[in-house]
Amino acid sequence: MTATALIRAGLPQGARPHERHLLTAEEWSRLPAALAAAPDLALLALWAEPGMVHAAFLDGAAVLLASAPAEGGRYAALSPARPGAIRFERMIRDLWGLGAEGAVDLRPWLDHGRWPMAGPLSANPLPTPGAEPPQPEFLPVEGEGVHQIPVGPIHAGVIEPGHFRFHVQGEVVVRLEARLGYTHKGTLSLMLGKSPRAAAAFPARLSGDSTVAHAWAFAAAAEAALGVEVPLRAVALRAAMAELERIHNHLNDWGFVCNDAAFAFPHARCGFLREGVLRACQAAFGHRLMMDRVLPGGVAPDIAPGGAEAILAALADVDTELPALVRIYESHASLQDRVVGTGFLDPAHAHAFAAGGYVGRGSGRGFDARIALGYAPYGLDPPLLALEQGGDVDARVRVRIAELRSSVALVRRLLATLPEGETLVPLPAAAGEGTALVEGFRGDCLAWLRLDGGGLIRGAFLRDPSWLHWPLLEAAVEGNIVADFPLINKSFNGSYSGVDL
Amino acid sequence: MLWPRLARALLARPLTDPAPGAPGATVAALAERLATSARARLGRSLAIREVDSGSCNGCELEVNALQNVAYDLERFGLRFVASPRHADVLLVTGPACRNMREAMERALACTPEPRWVVAAGDCAVDGGVFKGSYAVEGGVGAVLPVDLLIPGCPPSPAQLLEGLLALLETEAQTENRAGRIAPAGP
Repeated sequence: MTATALIRAGLPQGARPHERHLLTAEEWSRLPAALAAAPDLALLALWAEPGMVHAAFLDGAAVLLASAPAEGGRYAALSPARPGAIRFERMIRDLWGLGAEGAVDLRPWLDHGRWPMAGPLSANPLPTPGAEPPQPEFLPVEGEGVHQIPVGPIHAGVIEPGHFRFHVQGEVVVRLEARLGYTHKGTLSLMLGKSPRAAAAFPARLSGDSTVAHAWAFAAAAEAALGVEVPLRAVALRAAMAELERIHNHLNDWGFVCNDAAFAFPHARCGFLREGVLRACQAAFGHRLMMDRVLPGGVAPDIAPGGAEAILAALADVDTELPALVRIYESHASLQDRVVGTGFLDPAHAHAFAAGGYVGRGSGRGFDARIALGYAPYGLDPPLLALEQGGDVDARVRVRIAELRSSVALVRRLLATLPEGETLVPLPAAAGEGTALVEGFRGDCLAWLRLDGGGLIRGAFLRDPSWLHWPLLEAAVEGNIVADFPLINKSFNGSYSGVDL
Repeated sequence: MLWPRLARALLARPLTDPAPGAPGATVAALAERLATSARARLGRSLAIREVDSGSCNGCELEVNALQNVAYDLERFGLRFVASPRHADVLLVTGPACRNMREAMERALACTPEPRWVVAAGDCAVDGGVFKGSYAVEGGVGAVLPVDLLIPGCPPSPAQLLEGLLALLETEAQTENRAGRIAPAGP
């Protein structure tokens, strides 16, 4: 039986728009072997509820959800067949106290031994008073002259905290291992028992740079669960905000990549253009990052009078300067020497991890949720797929430059054809379950939630695309010199808060 | 070509915004906390070490924006440094996550006196929306002695700049005050 057939044979649970199938523990235990035989069925996420484990797969253009009871707190690990499952399994152990049998890696992930309890999201969290935090274990490296460089959690730049352990031989990185979890805020636990409206503040703060994308994914999941249709004007405004978010982040990171290669001019110009975009967002939506604007049920407040004009003016500046910036980026050998061939991500790895966004598309994985799923409003007017085969820092930058152009064009079209009408509808207080996949600037953001009869959240999971990018960063850095790490890291720009939950 | 663009930029009007004034009330409040010895040692310049104690990265985006050409933080004598050992100010963002507590304490221990702790953003003020989580101690004040609070979610670069300028102004105005930095929390 193929993996897809095995999952579809499970009992449908009435989740919308993507069905969730409940398997028995025995059926689930056959999944790893079935998945090994179906390499194209991409694992998007793995998470849990007390006593139950859930997985999300991408089956062509549809999301396929599978669940199984974790009998006796155990379930069959998917990591032998899907390397992307490794960190999810470590997270499930830390948050829900469920153990993955046959897992590739059983070390703790989010739980650093500093919370007052173990398994905070499990049915019965165990208090851990006064326990001494354990020392982290890193994978060993053997060889002559190998030494370690520990970096973080507090980094030299103004960035999020995380620990990087480099094993180096001379100048060359033999192995990089990231240890994250420092910014774990208990986000999922805070969402439980709240209405979707009240809980919307949390996806909006899962990763501040992707506040629109995660808020949209969460809102779309809640609307799907409740069968609510969002006004057309709100749909268009959501997409405009999501594209503006893509533009300001791509400008920011492109500038920073150049800066990390000690080439300051594009950084200065990109920073200035981005500032223009953020000020236009402030004028149009009342918040520079557009936080808390996308809500379950629509968008609030509506775009301000004169907001569209402010946005168009800022985008005109971007559009005017972009060709010159691209020429400068391409014509300076000192810069090209740093970015071309650096931080190569093997397309096979990108495929195995189902890497989304510029990480996947820079290594030939042609998936963009806007195009593949064609959710509104992109179904009628999909952007061009930005695809590169190079797999290096340069390829990831080029994907972003192509997306800058298409996003500018998209925002213009969206604002020119903005439907009239209301932007926010009320949500009924009812039961339901929903999933949504929204393309943020980093890649596809997944949101899942389950509501009880009172319309309150009983289960939720938010998956930032960085879950699948961080392990690939470790692979891409291998064999590069330590001094190129900041450059490679910036070309991935993984979210720490987004995966630390 | 880059050179003609650089030459044009030299002749053109600056892109940088005019400097905002420091809010008087904040300056007065801060003056209570600062000593003349600090002024003598630091002059009108502050080295800032940014510490993310668990933010969503929204505050980091805005702190980074302070360094773009529109705000140009360094013209005020304010600059970001790579280590707390070089810093006068710890600018802390995010709720105080339990997993970050030890790193925060060690960063403070590495910062030479006189020093100030600025808690920036609603999460840093009191934990923000993450207040009450099992994984969060509370605001930054739950772990470090905080001298200045800058609210906002995230605070805009203009708000951050006002707060930091207030610190600089206070430092310049404070005279004949003995004592050390108050180790009080909020």
